[in-house]
Amino acid sequence: MIRYILWRLAVMVPTLLIISALIFTIIELPPGDYFESYAAELRAQGEGVDMDRLNQLRAEYDFDKPPVIRYFYWLGGMLHGDFGYSFEYELPVSDVVGDRLWLTVLVSFCTIVFTWLIAFPIGMYSATHQYSWGDYGLTFLGLLGIAIPNFMLALILMYFANIWFGTSVGHLMDQRYLGEPMSWDKAKSILEHLWIPVIIIGTAGTAGMIRRLRANLLDELQKQYVMTARAKGLHPFRTLVKYPLRMSLNFFISDIGSILPAIISGAEITAIVLSLETTGPMLIRALQSQDMYLAGSFLMFLAFLTVIGVLISDIALALLDPRIRLQGGSTK
Amino acid sequence: MTTSSLPAPGAPLDHYVSDAPFDPYSVEAMTPAQAKVYQASQRRLMWWKFKRHKVALWSAMFLAALYFMILICEFVAPYNLHTRNVDFIYSPPQDVHFFHEGSFVGPFVYGRKMTLDMDTLKRNYTDDTNDVQKLRFFCSGDPYEFWGLVPGSFHFVCPAKDGQFFYLGTDRLGRDVLSRIIYGARISLTIGLLGVTFSFVLGVIIGGLAGYHGGTFDLIVQRIIEVLQSLPSIPLWLALAAIMPVTWSPIVVYFGITLILGLLDWTGLARAVRSKLLALREEDYVLAAQLMGARPARIIGRHLIPGFMSHLIASATIAVPGMILGETALSFLGLGLRPPITSWGILLTEARSVNVIAFYPWLLYPMIPVVLVILAFNFMGDGLRDAADPYR
Repeated sequence: MIRYILWRLAVMVPTLLIISALIFTIIELPPGDYFESYAAELRAQGEGVDMDRLNQLRAEYDFDKPPVIRYFYWLGGMLHGDFGYSFEYELPVSDVVGDRLWLTVLVSFCTIVFTWLIAFPIGMYSATHQYSWGDYGLTFLGLLGIAIPNFMLALILMYFANIWFGTSVGHLMDQRYLGEPMSWDKAKSILEHLWIPVIIIGTAGTAGMIRRLRANLLDELQKQYVMTARAKGLHPFRTLVKYPLRMSLNFFISDIGSILPAIISGAEITAIVLSLETTGPMLIRALQSQDMYLAGSFLMFLAFLTVIGVLISDIALALLDPRIRLQGGSTK
Repeated sequence: MTTSSLPAPGAPLDHYVSDAPFDPYSVEAMTPAQAKVYQASQRRLMWWKFKRHKVALWSAMFLAALYFMILICEFVAPYNLHTRNVDFIYSPPQDVHFFHEGSFVGPFVYGRKMTLDMDTLKRNYTDDTNDVQKLRFFCSGDPYEFWGLVPGSFHFVCPAKDGQFFYLGTDRLGRDVLSRIIYGARISLTIGLLGVTFSFVLGVIIGGLAGYHGGTFDLIVQRIIEVLQSLPSIPLWLALAAIMPVTWSPIVVYFGITLILGLLDWTGLARAVRSKLLALREEDYVLAAQLMGARPARIIGRHLIPGFMSHLIASATIAVPGMILGETALSFLGLGLRPPITSWGILLTEARSVNVIAFYPWLLYPMIPVVLVILAFNFMGDGLRDAADPYR
């Protein structure tokens, strides 16, 4: 088991390296840099631009060096927790990001749990009542979840929550807790605001999961051992829970890997619409103003989150199912 | 043979030949219905199977109608894309009536009167039930340039002379929402198709090479696919869309967006192609082709890919909705298309705040075609996937 975990960790390193190179390229591609767009903005406002000062700043942050060298500086910095400097906020990136990262993790985690809670019973029902009206209806509901764009759902829920509960549902916590250290009241406020983004983001992932769980269970239900269990007089529900469901539990865990990127994508968009205090709004702002280290670190962080999520799901899977561990790394 | 024709005892038996026509294949003969199935081409079998999936069939017809509509949207839309009706800003949808004061008039709308609420500066519109404006069909109305080339003014439906017909209301510049949705379809629907075509080409080429050659190239491709699939797509789309300079013309941006959508989406197809090729390249017919001196490109393109083309098309269909949603999201966030190019995402940006939804809910109508098209593509993709394997 330890060998397996070590092996999985070793595989993560090249993956993260490729990701970092990719992200750096994307961030580097726009013509010009932050200082140029900053200077243009100042000129547009009719203020004078101190070119010496700009060049000095450029040299200070190594913008006069070729991109490849800067990539290695960035990479090296990240290894010991220095994510670079945000020009827009004039602060180190790690200070700007603050607990936004944890809120993103929290929202994503809650969404996964929510997706499970919804998809599990529905998938079970659909598989055991194949081609019934309930099956069609629930599948259709799930599809509707995919079809409605996340951001529109966010807007509409926001509107109705405003009418029905009279609360503003934007943001992830009451405004007075912003920037304050964690306390019980703050946690409570976050929990009160959390359910809307979780529902919105969850709807998109649930449908896919229901579909896959249904197909998976249908395959299992056709197998001989189910017939044997039924033949020896086991109650249908017990049969379902005891054998096929356990088989598809595996798949539930391994599915994290495929829904996590979708959840994080959805979380970003929803966060921008609802102006949540997660990474979404800040990422888009950083991208627009070419605040490259901030944007790059955000992207890197989101990618890291998915890679870690997949790693956790792989390890959990190996713990659950010895067959996967025995195959070692040869297949994955 | 009856007993009377039996020869005398001891005499040799006559040689008997039956006169009945003899068909040596009578055992294997099939009824015409069976023969039809057995002789049908694969395409025909797929069509039969697809037809059985009623929802998929209806979805396909709906999509075909929409794609036909975008060819002639100048004719279908009652107004031009950019026509501003300055007297009718934020006008709510007008209902189509058939009966006026108990008598049948045919489809018509009531005229609108606008009053300005001086306290809130909100425009209030009331129906003037004396002003019956009969709709005209196949008529000449708002002028347009067909595909930006040929000037014309022929419409399927137009308002009465000096009247208005805003079936889904108007936006903040007094532009007809229905017409804008119809024009927006042109961009939103083609962006998905173009993006998928692009990712299809990429996926087949990369997946084909990786699967056929294997080795180091395959390893690298697999790693790249893994990386791309583990990245959340929307932040990456945002980052890529932010690359496009503001100075680009809207039409170049349009192609840029399709490129971005396709650039991150080829991985699933490449995977499918690769795993199929890994199995198929061991077949004897591939060896035969190799011995005859065919180059890899020919073997992949001529002998291997056609064998599972239908599967590929089915999975490509399922990728279209993701692209349409992606474009909508990008445009909504202001990083995608830019006006004057109009897509459903651009239309939805108008409904960006809760206030707009509260006061002018009809600006949310562009969401309906988005949802319908995505559902239709999903259903059609399901049907195609089942039909792609007609022998099962």
